[in-house]
Amino acid sequence: MAQATKEIEASAAVDEDVAGIEGFTRDQLHALLTEMLLYRRFEEKAEEAYAIGKIGGFCHLHIGQEGLAAGAIRPLREDDLVITAYREHTQAIAKGITPRAAMAELYGRVDGCSGGRGGSMHLFDTTAGFMGGHGIVGGQIPLGAGLGWAIRYRGGDQVCVCFMGDAAVNQGAFLESLNMSAVWQLPVIYVVENNGYGMGTAFSRVSVTEMEARSGAYGIPAHTINGQDVLETYRFFEAMAGRVRGGAGPQFVNAETYRFRGHSMSDPVSGTYRSKEEVESHVEGQDPITILRDRMMEAGLLTQPELEAMDAEARAACEDAADFADASPMPDPATLYDHVYAEVNAHGRLFLDGRGGGGNG
Amino acid sequence: MAELTYRDALNAAMCQEMDRDDSVFLMGEEVAEYDGAYKVSRGMLARYGDRRVVDSPISELGFAGLCVGAAMAGLRPICEFMTFNFSLLALDQVINSAAKMLYMSNGQIPVPIVFRGPTGAALQLSAQHSQACETYYVHAPGMKLVTPATPADAKGLLAAAIRDDDPVAVMEGELLYNVRGEVPDGEYVIPLGVADLKRSGDDVSIVTHGKMVHVALQAATMLSREGIEADVLDLRSIRPLDVDAILETVARTNRVVYLEEGWPFAGVGAQIVSLIQEEAFDDLDAPVVRVTQADVPMPYAKNLEQLAKPGAKGVVDACKRVLYLPAGAAG
Repeated sequence: MAQATKEIEASAAVDEDVAGIEGFTRDQLHALLTEMLLYRRFEEKAEEAYAIGKIGGFCHLHIGQEGLAAGAIRPLREDDLVITAYREHTQAIAKGITPRAAMAELYGRVDGCSGGRGGSMHLFDTTAGFMGGHGIVGGQIPLGAGLGWAIRYRGGDQVCVCFMGDAAVNQGAFLESLNMSAVWQLPVIYVVENNGYGMGTAFSRVSVTEMEARSGAYGIPAHTINGQDVLETYRFFEAMAGRVRGGAGPQFVNAETYRFRGHSMSDPVSGTYRSKEEVESHVEGQDPITILRDRMMEAGLLTQPELEAMDAEARAACEDAADFADASPMPDPATLYDHVYAEVNAHGRLFLDGRGGGGNG
Repeated sequence: MAELTYRDALNAAMCQEMDRDDSVFLMGEEVAEYDGAYKVSRGMLARYGDRRVVDSPISELGFAGLCVGAAMAGLRPICEFMTFNFSLLALDQVINSAAKMLYMSNGQIPVPIVFRGPTGAALQLSAQHSQACETYYVHAPGMKLVTPATPADAKGLLAAAIRDDDPVAVMEGELLYNVRGEVPDGEYVIPLGVADLKRSGDDVSIVTHGKMVHVALQAATMLSREGIEADVLDLRSIRPLDVDAILETVARTNRVVYLEEGWPFAGVGAQIVSLIQEEAFDDLDAPVVRVTQADVPMPYAKNLEQLAKPGAKGVVDACKRVLYLPAGAAG
């Protein structure tokens, strides 16, 4: 970890001495490893599909950061809400969007979770509690506060987890949202996926204060966790979701992680802003999947054939997702104007291009 | 019918909707303890409590976005901007989030939110506090916009906006808040997309919206003294737009002036002119003329401000121009 020089603040909930590893049963460990392998293979498949033109536009891969998707989202309840930025494929899957629906969205097809209207950056599924996929850095943060507001307004006990990249904390939207969340004690966990770089700009080059200091001014507790350690992450979020559900108010989590690929598909893995050596050292030493795999093997909870079977299954699921996406039709051209408005008013024209229809148009 | 001020009519609409639907709440700067910067929400904190009438920090981007997020979760926020000038800070949330959410999510996430507050110029508030913001909002597909000019329209259109399942901007006017007028008692809703002929006359059509309706009526009175009778068509709703009503008045008078408070470049009037020439070209006896704010930031000095604002005299001259009469003749 480039930034992980300071001691990781272990969550109080971590229980070291239970059978398995840190209180996780063999089945739970297998499930987490399976999840992360699925995310990794999904992103690799997306990378491959992008290279042959099946996926267009901007596409941001989460490879290297899978521990956070599994560790932060899997402990949540189905009716908890997740909102995030645009590096969100794996988070969407973690919250319950199927690889098929996610991949079909990347392909811009009708069976995508956003019907092909959103693309890589705008995955949505309200039934899964996945509230998007947002493309403007920091734009999802006030929205996350608003989701928390709605939970509080209705007296519900869900929590909202609002992810952002490290660069987003320099947006006004972040500061305004943290302040309001503290004032109104909203049930929102703000999670910085701190991979050290906003696109190609190291956080330390554009910020004098440490990440963890960013929420203190608003009276919101800050927590730093090692996002490459899925078990630590899982335990932390399991406990934190419970605390916020119980009225602990907003929280700020600095989850340290590392992006193994470029910012987007057009950005090389290493180059002008980070060295090949830096990337390689993280890939070798900080891969959340190999970290868990090695621990499970050392503890005798995973065999090589089991791992291979697990990986084969993940690859097969992603092959299937890609095949499904490829076979899914393009959206019907007749639907171009669908869903611009939820309510087409009985009077007046909503569209003036002569094509949109609606009302008397 | 009761005679109410425009501000009290807005208040009545919010109370009417908050009484019938618990998911409606009001958030904005000074809306609660201060009773609203322009006293539009007077008494609402006492009536509904601080769960539903909420003072926000001065964080337009933040609280607008929070309201959009709340709407994504099914609430129906009324997000008050002290003026729409300040809402320029919030435009990312208005355009990128509110207007586009339903489309990006393939219909999964409607955003039933109202953004409301005064737009346009008042008196000597200078450049940053005097601008008509209609175009910024109405430009984006997904947004709706209404501009009530009278107390009755204020009540009916705001109520309709709150009930609408899409983001609706309700643009008011600081100089309208004290205007008095008859307002229907009880539940009152005016459907979006229905223009209102505020005055009838067959010689020329003054099409306009919002605060400028009053300037148009003043101009129509001046014209009438010269024997020229003008239609004053108040669009009331810019998006959806009552195209039928526009085409009807054009067909009847064959001469049109569009009056608006905003700048001419890519303004609302530009859109209306485009529509008329596309769909009613053969009905026109003269090119459509627009009367707008001068194409400059609003100056402070009284005389310059007067020059920059569209006024009744300018409308009268524009009407004469489309009637091919000399400006100022028989004035």
